[in-house]
Amino acid sequence: MTIFTSIPRKLEEVLDARTPLASRRDFLKASGLIVVSVGAVAASVSPLVSAVEGDGAKGQGTGPYPDPDFRQLDSWIVIHGDNTATFYVGKTDCGQGTGTAFRQMMADELDIGYDSTSLVMGSTDVTPDQGGSGGSDAIQRDGWPMRRVAAEARRILLELASERLEAPVEELVVNDAVVSLRANPSRQVTYADLVGGQRFDVSLMGRNVNETTGVANVKPVEALRIVGQSPMRYDIPPKVDGSLTWAVDMTLPGMVHARNIKPPVAGGRLRSVEESSVRDLPGFIRVVRKGNYLAVVCEREEQAITAARRLKTNWEKPSSAPFPTSEELFSYMRAATPTSKFEPDPTGDPEAALAGAATVIEAEYDVPFQGHTAFGPAHALADPSNGQMTIYTNDMKSYGMRVGIAEFLGMPRDRVRVVWMEGSQAYGRTAADDAGFEAAFLAKEIGRPVRLQWMRDEETAWDTKGTAFTFALRGGLDSQGKLVAFDYNAQAADYNHVGYNEVETVLVSQLMGTRLETPNSGRAATPSAMYTIPHRREATQVVSLPMVWETPLRTGNLRDPNGPQVTFASESFIDELAAAGTVDPVAFRLGLLTASTDDDSGFKRARSIAVIRAAAEAYGWDTRPSPKARGEGTVVSGRGIAYAYRSETVVAEIAEVEVNRDTGHVWVKRLVCAHDCGLVINPEGLRRTIECGMLHSLSRALHEEVQFDNEKVTSVNWRSHPSLVHADTPAVIDVVLVNGDPNPDRSDLPPYGAGETVCKPLIAAVANAIFDATGVRLRRIPFRDERVLAELTAAAV
Amino acid sequence: MSEVTLTVNGVTHTVDVDPVTPLLYVLRNDLGLKGPRFGCGLGQCGACTVIVDGVATRSCMTRVARVQGAITTLEGLAKEGELHPVQQAWIDEQVPQCGFCQNGQILTAKALLDRNPNPTDTEIREGMSGALCRCMTYYRIQAAIKRVVGSLASGQSASVEEGVE
Repeated sequence: MTIFTSIPRKLEEVLDARTPLASRRDFLKASGLIVVSVGAVAASVSPLVSAVEGDGAKGQGTGPYPDPDFRQLDSWIVIHGDNTATFYVGKTDCGQGTGTAFRQMMADELDIGYDSTSLVMGSTDVTPDQGGSGGSDAIQRDGWPMRRVAAEARRILLELASERLEAPVEELVVNDAVVSLRANPSRQVTYADLVGGQRFDVSLMGRNVNETTGVANVKPVEALRIVGQSPMRYDIPPKVDGSLTWAVDMTLPGMVHARNIKPPVAGGRLRSVEESSVRDLPGFIRVVRKGNYLAVVCEREEQAITAARRLKTNWEKPSSAPFPTSEELFSYMRAATPTSKFEPDPTGDPEAALAGAATVIEAEYDVPFQGHTAFGPAHALADPSNGQMTIYTNDMKSYGMRVGIAEFLGMPRDRVRVVWMEGSQAYGRTAADDAGFEAAFLAKEIGRPVRLQWMRDEETAWDTKGTAFTFALRGGLDSQGKLVAFDYNAQAADYNHVGYNEVETVLVSQLMGTRLETPNSGRAATPSAMYTIPHRREATQVVSLPMVWETPLRTGNLRDPNGPQVTFASESFIDELAAAGTVDPVAFRLGLLTASTDDDSGFKRARSIAVIRAAAEAYGWDTRPSPKARGEGTVVSGRGIAYAYRSETVVAEIAEVEVNRDTGHVWVKRLVCAHDCGLVINPEGLRRTIECGMLHSLSRALHEEVQFDNEKVTSVNWRSHPSLVHADTPAVIDVVLVNGDPNPDRSDLPPYGAGETVCKPLIAAVANAIFDATGVRLRRIPFRDERVLAELTAAAV
Repeated sequence: MSEVTLTVNGVTHTVDVDPVTPLLYVLRNDLGLKGPRFGCGLGQCGACTVIVDGVATRSCMTRVARVQGAITTLEGLAKEGELHPVQQAWIDEQVPQCGFCQNGQILTAKALLDRNPNPTDTEIREGMSGALCRCMTYYRIQAAIKRVVGSLASGQSASVEEGVE
């Protein structure tokens, strides 16, 4: 039994009191972790308490803003005097409700009611750097340190309660932040009684933030009470009643407004600016120019918009075309010399297998550039007060933005802070967020807080783009219709893919003339490799458009980068092979997934089989080859399946379509998704994320394409870059949450990622359904009415 | 600049602005009503929607001096601390992802239901189509609207007509 006479100051004290020194050292050595001893802090009231209760995170601070120490428990959790807790995590929420999930996980480990908790995310001065958002790994990766620190806090609190109640820890129980004696529940003490408003002053371990841990174990799955429930998202009521202050709503005293002026053509050189054309406009403050970056600053927002439109400028066009037209794109890409190639050794001998195959089919697929086209154009507010720089932003990687802006402005990092606030859907766009950099630059120039927002045409034309692809595929079937050879060749227009808020990658610094010495090589992905195919080759190339810098066709991470494109081609082609062998599309896929659970790929295939079967069962799949016998009516229907694996998460999606033979219009009437992401934290939140992710890919399947002539993007608004609308919505969406783990009752079932995986197979599922309905194979997205009608007409459907 | 008088959420305001200023910026920057937001400035997306005399109106395209009727913004839907049935349905159905477009969705839905308290599925899909959502929450928006229609039919909730200015 351990009785403390005072609050333990460091983890080592706890360990020292509990175990002999030698064994503690052994533990640390065996665990491979390093304990960093941090000196005791004089102030007893946590600064986080005052930051939150005084809303200090959003005031004009005096700085500096050092990094919160992830090895201090106080950086993660504060217990308040009213027996509630606030959690601090270095994540941001792109709209999937991850904040609610974080609270569920941490509350469960801490043994406090969900409603007694609150959460602060993504502000670089008060939350440990967990990198913000990206990769759908918020719960899969970043949830673990959150759970471990909450478990450690519970352990410390039990030790303190043991001292206060003069009873061993083993005889204590915790219920909603109240510790009591199991044998005598009237003897109790609350978390607030123990540390309310005070620091824990406990050090944690871990070489990096992902490893952060104390010595407490997280709970086994069967002991979790809040995880697996669906508390409503805390952020929804203030979003629905108008009370939430979003990044776009943030204001400060003395704030002014800015708008950019982009080059009228890609690669334009700014020769001159006639400031006199706007100097007499009301509210005009200044024209700011550096290189080809140009902005105007005014007192009021509408004044800045007017001034930006009226400012007379003289641009020089580049001497050669910056890119082919969007109509010429795919032929250009196929003819281009790759900037890089990746051709790993094949499995087996694909050429010999194709030569000996009973049936060989070949097909080419094309995917155009597609935009993020965020609903709310890029925006930020930057405050240069007190020699610091604070940026209020919806940047999903606020920590990266802080580092990038410090370098961009030549300021020490601890004088820059980035305060994350809610914003329009991000999905990768705000991982390379120009507006924060621009607002900070202008604020430094003007010496007043500057709020900047992009206009619609600017956002749609100049945001980062999802990569365009061309694919050339070959497949061979043996005489029994079994797939024996698969040859995959992909080209991606991804050269100089932008990174994460690095100085060289954001557009504003490119316009100012900053260049990486070597452009990012980019990449072209391959399909998830779960199918067992004896002879397989996968070659990828990256190609470059003529213009590499300052281009509106610069690629960035668009939700599941590469996934929807690659899976459209690969899962459509699998369907072509099934049809060539006159085999049912579900049966064909299951035939390629030979399950066993004795190795990792076998484990993945076992889960894949479970998911595909669950989708087929939920849909009521009728086993038969595609296409089906076509009806004679104007509207014909069909169904298609596609499947994908991504970072331990597996999905199968079935689309049921109606195709109008007179107009070419496609309506996806029903969607079914079977989804296995391991342990589910919030089932209702997950369902909505799945529904919306599928519909995002449906928008890409039916509508989205960035069009351009050979000097500028011509898709500049919701007419010229259309998006899914209400009328496109399926009548029914069924989501089946599967736990296909071979041991579904494992105590250590981990949560895998959710969000991006569902974006992968949807386009192929729709294409396969259109083929089933019409017998026509569509190999280029989007399936806009005119393109579908042309294909139907050409095939005499 | 000139003085313009507006009635917003039942309160009369006088502001001194250029009369051609879009209503959106006056609401947001002079009156501090942040429900309506800039999305496109072209009337194509619905982010800036407010209700003027019962009609869903694009404030980004409406000159402030031309507004004649009473304006309702998202902040004005709740009455005496009670959320409007459409807002409550949005919470019950857990509609939003990022939520940035939901001002336009909620106000378009309210105006639709005020006009037609019992819309068919097709009328909902077509009536809402001017309100874009890039998180694609359409399925749940439509479910929430049906939820309001259902609660009206069963008399479980106050009439949405009470929300009309």
